[in-house]
Amino acid sequence: MSRRIELHDLSCYYGNRKVVDRITMTIEPKSVTAIIGPSGCGKSTLLRAINRLHETLPGARVEGRVLLDGDNIYDRSIDVVDVRRIVGMVFQRPNPFPTMSIHDNVAAGLKLAGVRRRDLDDIVEKALIAVHLWNEVKDRLRRPASALSGGQQQRLCIARAIAVQPEVLLMDEPCSALDPISTLAIEDLIAELKNDFTVVIVTHNMQQAARVSDMTAFVTVDGPGHPGRLVEYADTKTLFSVPADKRTEDYITGRVG
Amino acid sequence: MKSPMRVGTRETHDRATPRAQTRRRAIGDVLFERSVWLAACAVLALLIAVAAFLVWRSIPAIRQDSANFLTTRTWLPDDTPPVFGVAAIAFGTALSATVALVLAVPVAIGSAIFVTQYVPPRVGVWLGYCLDLLAAVPSVVYGLWGMLWLVPAMTPIQHGLATTLGFLPFFADPQGLTRQASRSIFVVGIVLAAMIIPIIAAVTREVIRQVDPGLREAAWALGATRWEMVRIAILPASKLGIAGAVLLGLGRALGETIAVALVLGTSFAVDFHLLVFGKNTIAANIATQFAEAGSLGRSALIASGLVLFAMTMLTTLLARAIIYRSGSRERSAFA
Repeated sequence: MSRRIELHDLSCYYGNRKVVDRITMTIEPKSVTAIIGPSGCGKSTLLRAINRLHETLPGARVEGRVLLDGDNIYDRSIDVVDVRRIVGMVFQRPNPFPTMSIHDNVAAGLKLAGVRRRDLDDIVEKALIAVHLWNEVKDRLRRPASALSGGQQQRLCIARAIAVQPEVLLMDEPCSALDPISTLAIEDLIAELKNDFTVVIVTHNMQQAARVSDMTAFVTVDGPGHPGRLVEYADTKTLFSVPADKRTEDYITGRVG
Repeated sequence: MKSPMRVGTRETHDRATPRAQTRRRAIGDVLFERSVWLAACAVLALLIAVAAFLVWRSIPAIRQDSANFLTTRTWLPDDTPPVFGVAAIAFGTALSATVALVLAVPVAIGSAIFVTQYVPPRVGVWLGYCLDLLAAVPSVVYGLWGMLWLVPAMTPIQHGLATTLGFLPFFADPQGLTRQASRSIFVVGIVLAAMIIPIIAAVTREVIRQVDPGLREAAWALGATRWEMVRIAILPASKLGIAGAVLLGLGRALGETIAVALVLGTSFAVDFHLLVFGKNTIAANIATQFAEAGSLGRSALIASGLVLFAMTMLTTLLARAIIYRSGSRERSAFA
């Protein structure tokens, strides 16, 4: 239940401005891949191109190909809704639907997918157990999700994303709005999630990348206004101990960015 | 002029400047607080003054009314003895406003969703300006359009509706009046709807634009279609604001005078036959009768104005209460 992601010459634009420049990389199934790089290097945009969320912004477009187990998600014959059901996403800021209950938040994607009502409770429970939120919320599933703490909300959003059983899970700086304890909880969770999903995580935090990922991609820009380019993509241990590129070394040792 | 003296020594400079700033800020603060307080009081005072005027001027009429003012349907205040009541015109007011809302709300919300979610932002803004222009059209123009174009155009349509859907209580035409005349509550409802759509749509549009983009993305990322995204992310987050927009529209529909007076054929019937010629509203009744009314007649019209005032106040309060209750259920989550 997870797929190989291949990016081929992937470029992303906002209008005429190129923000990601011809990135090619392969992400293995059932692994955690971290994308690191300085602010504004296009790493979030790159991530949002993998579930075709990038194109929902005005003027945004993509060139190149993204293959999920060989199928190009940008092919004309592919329905964008199907892509997003296979490729789930967790955002930087926890974004539960504020007027919905905890239960309904987790069930939101399931209802869209047409899951039968009587099956919902069971799947919701499993998803909440998987994100270690069940014991905290099982007595108040009908209460609004907005009552939860930030860390709980983010775990709820992960539950919402995995409830529809995607095959890829994209995480866009999922811990940057959370306190250290919640961050650790999410990081532990990521380690478990890779048993079932292909996880791609964008992070500002290099320690986090080193802790949670199997592979790391370093993306950077030559200067302000330049598009992001893939500098180095390697086994996480290798990239952090013996980076091949001088720019990677400067970044991970804190000399830039 | 002062600055060279203040910087005379370093010590005085350091001490004087922050204090002067504090004092300046404090004065500005006090002035601002007083002026907003005054503004709030002025609004309240205006409201009380209007209510007091209406009560004061309507007392003579209500005293001399030989019938029950609230339940009587006829309006003959200058007869002897005077017989008049607001039942028919209050009913007509509520009915015409209801028809207007039923017609306007789906169109207004739909257009706001279309303009904000279905077209590119630049086109949406441009379309928004065009819709805003409709809100600037004076109501007398809507009235003339309704009277000269819509009424004749609607005559065959209303007759068709009455003959095909006449079994529905709202479309019934027991006396066969729809063949000739269509100056009905239904046509008035259409004119009023045209008048309030731009207002409801404009406010709804702004409310929708304020919705957290993170919620849209949450819906997109779950594989929502555009309509599903609107349904699970946009509408729940903006429902309070939309309710406020509908209230604004309702207020205008309840109080609209000239457009109704131009379009509606006058009668004092109380029934739900929307397609049939006639009925009346409080505002239109005031507009058409005031000039010819005697002193008691005028007082009676002011009394009907008091009823209209009370109706709008009540609907506003009721709607606020509903909004507050649904809002507090969400807020109580934080407690």
